[in-house]
Amino acid sequence: MTYTLIFLAILMAAVVWWLVKQSINVKPWVADSAADAVRTDGVHGLGSYVPLPNIKLGLGVFLAVVTSLFALFVSAYTIRMEYADWRPLLEPNLLWVNTGILVLGSVFLQWAWNAAKRQDRAAIKRGIIGGGICTVAFIIGQLAAWNQLSAAGHFIQSNPANGFFYLITATHALHILGGLFALGKTISRLWQPSSESPEILLGVELCAVYWHYLLAIWLILFALMLNT
Amino acid sequence: MSDVAHDALDFAPPAEVEEMELYHPKTWIGKYVWSQDAKVIAIQYGITAILIGLVALVLSVIMRLQLGFPHTFDFIDPANYLQFVTMHGMIMVIYLLTALFLGGFGNYLIPLMVGARDMVFPYVNMISYWVYLLAVLVLVASIFVPGGSTGAGWTLYPPQAISPGTPGIDGGIILMLVSLVLFIIGFTMGGLNYIVTVLQARTRGMSLMRLPLTVWGIFMATVLALLAFPALFVSAIMMLLDRLVGTSFFMPAMVSLGEQTSYDGGSPLLFQHLFWFFGHPEVYIVALPAFGIVSDLLSTHARKAIFGYRMMVWAIVAIGALSFVVWAHHMYVSGMNPYFGFFFATTTLIIAVPTALKVYNWVLTLWRGNIRLNVPMLFAIGFIFTFINGGLTGLFLGNVTIDLPLSDTYFVVAHFHMVMAVSPILVVFGAIYHWYPKITGRMLNDTLGKIHFWITFLGTYAIYFPMHYLGFEGLPRRYFSYGDTEFMSASSQDLNAAITIAAIIVAFAQIFFLVNLFTSYFRGKLAGPNPWEATTLEWQTADTPPKHGNFGDELPVVYRWAYDYSVPNADLDYIPQNVSPSDLKKPTAGQQGEIEN
Amino acid sequence: MALAYVLIFLIVGSVLFHFISPWYLTPLASNWSTIDLTLDITFWVTGAVFIAVNVFMVYCVIKFRYNAKKRAEYQPENKKLEWWLTGLTSIGVVAMLTPGLFVWNEFVNVPEEAHVVEAIGQQWHWSFRMPGEDGRFGAVESRYVSDDNPLGMETDDPDGQDDIIIISPNVHLPIDKPVKINLRSKDVLHNFAVAQFRVKMDLVPGLITYLWFTPTKLGMFEILCEELCGVGHHTMRGKVIVDTQEDFDTWLAEQPTYAEVLARPVGDALIGQAQYAVCATCHGAQGEGNLPTHGPKLAGQEAWYLRRQINYFKEGTRGAHPDDQFGQEMAPMAATLFNDAAVENVIAYIETLPDMPAPTTITGNIEKGEKIYNVCGYCHGVDGEGIAALNAPRQAGMSDWYLATQLKNFRNRVRGAHDDDMYGMQMTMMADILQTDERVNDVIAYINTLPRPTEQLSLAAREND
Repeated sequence: MTYTLIFLAILMAAVVWWLVKQSINVKPWVADSAADAVRTDGVHGLGSYVPLPNIKLGLGVFLAVVTSLFALFVSAYTIRMEYADWRPLLEPNLLWVNTGILVLGSVFLQWAWNAAKRQDRAAIKRGIIGGGICTVAFIIGQLAAWNQLSAAGHFIQSNPANGFFYLITATHALHILGGLFALGKTISRLWQPSSESPEILLGVELCAVYWHYLLAIWLILFALMLNT
Repeated sequence: MSDVAHDALDFAPPAEVEEMELYHPKTWIGKYVWSQDAKVIAIQYGITAILIGLVALVLSVIMRLQLGFPHTFDFIDPANYLQFVTMHGMIMVIYLLTALFLGGFGNYLIPLMVGARDMVFPYVNMISYWVYLLAVLVLVASIFVPGGSTGAGWTLYPPQAISPGTPGIDGGIILMLVSLVLFIIGFTMGGLNYIVTVLQARTRGMSLMRLPLTVWGIFMATVLALLAFPALFVSAIMMLLDRLVGTSFFMPAMVSLGEQTSYDGGSPLLFQHLFWFFGHPEVYIVALPAFGIVSDLLSTHARKAIFGYRMMVWAIVAIGALSFVVWAHHMYVSGMNPYFGFFFATTTLIIAVPTALKVYNWVLTLWRGNIRLNVPMLFAIGFIFTFINGGLTGLFLGNVTIDLPLSDTYFVVAHFHMVMAVSPILVVFGAIYHWYPKITGRMLNDTLGKIHFWITFLGTYAIYFPMHYLGFEGLPRRYFSYGDTEFMSASSQDLNAAITIAAIIVAFAQIFFLVNLFTSYFRGKLAGPNPWEATTLEWQTADTPPKHGNFGDELPVVYRWAYDYSVPNADLDYIPQNVSPSDLKKPTAGQQGEIEN
Repeated sequence: MALAYVLIFLIVGSVLFHFISPWYLTPLASNWSTIDLTLDITFWVTGAVFIAVNVFMVYCVIKFRYNAKKRAEYQPENKKLEWWLTGLTSIGVVAMLTPGLFVWNEFVNVPEEAHVVEAIGQQWHWSFRMPGEDGRFGAVESRYVSDDNPLGMETDDPDGQDDIIIISPNVHLPIDKPVKINLRSKDVLHNFAVAQFRVKMDLVPGLITYLWFTPTKLGMFEILCEELCGVGHHTMRGKVIVDTQEDFDTWLAEQPTYAEVLARPVGDALIGQAQYAVCATCHGAQGEGNLPTHGPKLAGQEAWYLRRQINYFKEGTRGAHPDDQFGQEMAPMAATLFNDAAVENVIAYIETLPDMPAPTTITGNIEKGEKIYNVCGYCHGVDGEGIAALNAPRQAGMSDWYLATQLKNFRNRVRGAHDDDMYGMQMTMMADILQTDERVNDVIAYINTLPRPTEQLSLAAREND
């Protein structure tokens, strides 16, 4: 459980730090007429108030939940690894290719995000379509890796490392599929001439953040599976 | 009292939160079934949770019948007894208490108390309820599949949960796990809403340190739930795979009922770690909202500021954070590395400190208060008494050494029912008596409420206090019957019978509550907007019950914390949060629901 | 003010209840007085807090009840008071925790002089193993477990040959000798708990867990399984019999080593046939059972069950109860099988008899019976075929009138109540769900519908053995 605890400790430390800033030297029972205390709180940064879109914070919270989920998978994996029947996983080389494709997808989306900041709609379209194609390719690649493994006689129940491999890759892929749904919405908005730039920027930004995050998670999971 | 100069700031700027666009459906179905209004969703959650909770209540009576009068009732046998135990526990912990506190009270109170029009993602909020309902239906369906529901105990420990020898290893356990997975997905959707709404949608002036403790409790509980439920999710999925495709995540090499199995090398303890990593925060997921709500009930009805607000907030946060590092105190005798015992006993007893402080502060809120002993207050004080008892017995079980004789006995059953069943449910009742006037516009009947309180409070104490002593004597839990166990005194069976009678009385007393809920909706005394003379924003709405959008044309502006009761030199013994210091100097004719003192 | 008075009543009542309650810790029978001491310290600390906080609350409820002419005091916080309370609480917590950690340290570290006993749990009974003279346990593996090798011993391991094998839920221990119990499970989680010894620990399949204690009182103490392990959980009992060293040594000498178990005599059916002549008078020449003579059908019943019951009759574990008329008649008959070889021979002969289904004599409501049998099936098999690993004999196709008598005997504690009949004890607890004779008949009516093995089937099965 160490990994999960480390994650939670960091998260809790952040919450406590943020709360200390909110509460230190505040006398809650003091009333005031200005009623402006609210907009100095930490989510928005200190000092000047920059509204943070709800959906962005929503994504942040969701990513915390996702992190908790994968941290628990990693914890379970490392605990289970210590038992006698653990056999290291046979990693198909295809996984390296898939990782490359996923990195490429992230790069495309970053490109789209940069383009969105410049309001270059054609470049956004190129970036986001490129990202989408890479992502679909990644999922197909993962399925192919599953096929290779099972063709070699490594089924989910063959040994615990295999079990974790199928389980973790499936969970990761499901999260990516969920992302593709959001990506699809952004794409459809891109092709509507009436949609406004801030709206598109937000959509592209959220997708890019999500993709980077899932890439980071994949890299951690992949490293874990390679080294054990 | 404030020393800020008021007069210079006579002008209060309008609420700074962006006005959100609400989806206003035209049809009845759109308003009350596929509703995106958090208040309607809250009521949907509440009704569903109470209905499924009634099922669990009936199951508990059946269990008590067997324990009090063994082998008298021929419809109870050792197999279905375990199924009743499991269903009762699972429903009460997850589908009733978690759903009711977060989905029910969370949805109703968060937007109103922070001064928001609605949750920030109303559509997702709606889906959350429907997924929860689906989870409940799948759970109910598991009772009717061949073999019936699972009888593995609410902890669902493998290998037993999916091995022959336990009831419901076919459809029952599978549907149970699926239902849990659905519940977690639904809850996560709701939970995102609660967090982001509290952080983002607070009205102007509602700083974090002005939030009512109810919101703090629900907020922190949601944080815990979002982080802890993934552990249950992971273990449920892994157990499903063990059951359905024969992986060995949790399943060791074993001989089941004389037959060799194909499992090999899995770790049952891994499941327990994952389960309790969820399971212990789960205790606080239920307790923290109760802590928050009871703080507000006590303050309102004692007409006194909650004592030590900042300490209360910090205690909630500290308890929440610590709750992630105490899980293995459920596993002292599980066969895990015994050296873990030192660490977890220490963390567990440390968590007693902030919890004790909360209790002190509740009692100190009563001290020099002006206590109105109306029904919500009775429940709140009943809660304190019960919680003190349940909390103190936790110090026995948390202390690893004393857990040796007491673990897995009725002492544990008595302890956790006291602390996380009766205590929170007393708060639920108190909260319903408190907020029902806002939800429906009518008061609940006082006499019925008092009858309900006295029977429930005294009855539950009569059930669970003596039960500890059965545990001392050594009566193991989850026993269908204990037969002629030599060390059990003959009179222990009489005590069991007495407990059963008390349990039946308590169960039937809930009829007073249900009748009250139902009849008061049509015939209750009209409540007016603020019958309790409370300060928080939900009592200051333009309409009672509040319409979709909660507040009228303009969102309220908050000038003070939620606990301005009996402020010296004020006209009334309460000042609502949206009354500005400059308004106080003028005649307060505009305020509704005032009572001249 | 009713609330205040009721709260006072509850506080006083709780304290009084504690002192006059006849229900409290069972008298200690081990070295773990320190556990009781830790518990007492916690009781004093928490008891004081319980009284102090609640009395203060009652005081507040009485003193500060609502008065429209008064105002509550306005005091948002009191730092000094809060720090005092934090400090006092912390002291209380330390006072409770410190002794707890010391005692736990003692529990975790087993004294070197402790002798080791292995307790093996399975659904739903106990067995035991002792390391024998070499002081070492032989290797065991889950995959070796079978009806003939219930502990999963590795047959060739030299360390295992002198291991003492105790296929019984009753185990003896010498007084005043620290003992470490190694715990091992064959299937699901169990828990080894003896209330009088105070300590308990789970059995986890795949792991070996342990606990230790020193028995300090002579006598018999019940072992309970305290981790939910399925339908039979509440019947999973055993006994620790604490003996003087001499009595213990005598008992130990009677227990077979693994080598002796392996060398058990094989029955000779031909010799057995002669001895069976005595049995035939009541049980029938073909072991087919005979109602008028109250001899149940034997043919088709499994050897392990016949062996155990014959021995029970011989030892007086069964057939000694004054209300068990037919059992009393059987006891002297069993005594004619004067040694183990004789028992094995007659069993070997019975195993050759043709297994014809016994005639049905009992009718009842089959549907109701099926519901009841749902529980029976967990041990006896869904088809009533019997499962040796669970010590559950076959029911389908056997004499139904005998089944009825025995179910009633179990229910009425005529059978199964003897201290040495631990498997019968399980059945008494299960038979409790057959409250009426009508329900006994219902379940037997259902058992009569179960597949009734024909002679051919059972012959084929025997050839496969």
